[in-house]
Amino acid sequence: MADLNDQAIFEKVRSIIVEQLGVEENAVALETSFEAMNADSLDIVELIMALEETFGIEIPDEAAEKLLTVGTAVEYIKANS
Amino acid sequence: MLPESKQRVVITGLGVLSPVGIGKEAYWKALLRGQSGIDRLTRFDSSLYDSKIAGEVKDFVPEQFLDRKEIRRTDRFAQFGVAAAKLAVGDAALELGEEDPENIGVVIGSGIGGIETLCEQHSVLLSKGPNRISPFFIPMIISNMAAGQIAICLGPKGPNFTVVTACASGANAIGEAYLMLRRGAAEVILAGGTETPIVPVAMAGFCSMKAVSTSNDEPQRASRPFDKNRDGFVISEGAGVLVLETLGHASARGARVYGEVAGYGCTADGYHISAPEPEGTEAARAIRIALEDAGISPDRVDYINAHGTSTELNDKIETLAIKKVFGDHAYKVPVSSIKSMIGHSLGAAGALEAIACALSVSTDWVPPTINYEQPDPECDLDYVPNQARQCPVRVAVSNSFGFGGHNAVLVIKKFEG
Repeated sequence: MADLNDQAIFEKVRSIIVEQLGVEENAVALETSFEAMNADSLDIVELIMALEETFGIEIPDEAAEKLLTVGTAVEYIKANS
Repeated sequence: MLPESKQRVVITGLGVLSPVGIGKEAYWKALLRGQSGIDRLTRFDSSLYDSKIAGEVKDFVPEQFLDRKEIRRTDRFAQFGVAAAKLAVGDAALELGEEDPENIGVVIGSGIGGIETLCEQHSVLLSKGPNRISPFFIPMIISNMAAGQIAICLGPKGPNFTVVTACASGANAIGEAYLMLRRGAAEVILAGGTETPIVPVAMAGFCSMKAVSTSNDEPQRASRPFDKNRDGFVISEGAGVLVLETLGHASARGARVYGEVAGYGCTADGYHISAPEPEGTEAARAIRIALEDAGISPDRVDYINAHGTSTELNDKIETLAIKKVFGDHAYKVPVSSIKSMIGHSLGAAGALEAIACALSVSTDWVPPTINYEQPDPECDLDYVPNQARQCPVRVAVSNSFGFGGHNAVLVIKKFEG
């Protein structure tokens, strides 16, 4: 997945969020926080699992705790895939 | 007879998901038409299974009752429970926003809870390992979650729990709700049962026990309670929720009343994990207790909605139990099993059958036992063969008997003020 650019990563992340959090696509921007999208702790765990599966990476708990917005998740994925 | 201080309990709303229709209108119409909801299994590939038929709920659209996020975190059994609860509340014209939520309780029975999710996630465990199990797994599978989700989605904050007594769960749930309302623990309770057991391992288990019908070539004729050629029950899914209210609360808001829950009897066979006790002693006693609770003598019963699963043993022993309680009157009272049409929805059955009784006492119609073609000398009562019957129904008795010997009987009577 090393050749995925920022936009491609964002779009994949967005589609996972739309499916899992039941929000509309246009409500998901890089600055949007998961909290603002009403994600609870279980949602976050599920989201992290889906990101791990989709991008073939591991996201340890300490790193996962810091992923508070869509943008930080995209950056993490880019840096680690 | 009820002491003066105890509340009377009435039925003011009905919510149904069944193999013959969603919603009480479609349900009742189908039952009175003698329509079967049984067909070849579609929920999974049944080629390797001895029984390839089931009563599936058709055209269930979860999005009509839950949003996308709620759907992702609920097993089908809880989705059914929430849907039936919403239908019941709508049917009762109960404005939850205008009620005190602390006075509204929820008691929902289920035999097996979220077994579909359990099986799916177990496959994930085996193929991908423990770290891929959904964080929603536990909340989705536990049997109390239909009741929990009803509170989350609709808002009631009163007493809330789940009753598990296998095929008697729905009846026990209604009975326990009735007792709580009677003693004033709540003013309204959403009571019933939900079950979505049509999954491979459950079907395989029932096949292995030789409990289910293998009449796969003619699915609609397979469920034939009391008939000489019955060969087992047909598994089905569904949910039934009743809005039960104290008479005081129902009258104050001008609610339409279907009928009154007048009595409840609950006993245990203490005999076998799946077979009923051959003399039907405790089943008969549960009927007697329910009638005594209602202050009604057996000869005043106008309709018995049987457990009538279409198994060799239940139908024979239930007939015996009915005779023990009713004596000569057993031969005069119509006895029918709607499982002939909707199959056996396990934890939901008692609720769907109580709903049929509520409709029976409010319309003076009795649904038939369809597929009744060959009488069995050991089952010689009037089973309302094949055609619905119009007749006065002032008092209905509903029997439910669960694996493990759980006997639950409800008495539902016509409401005359």
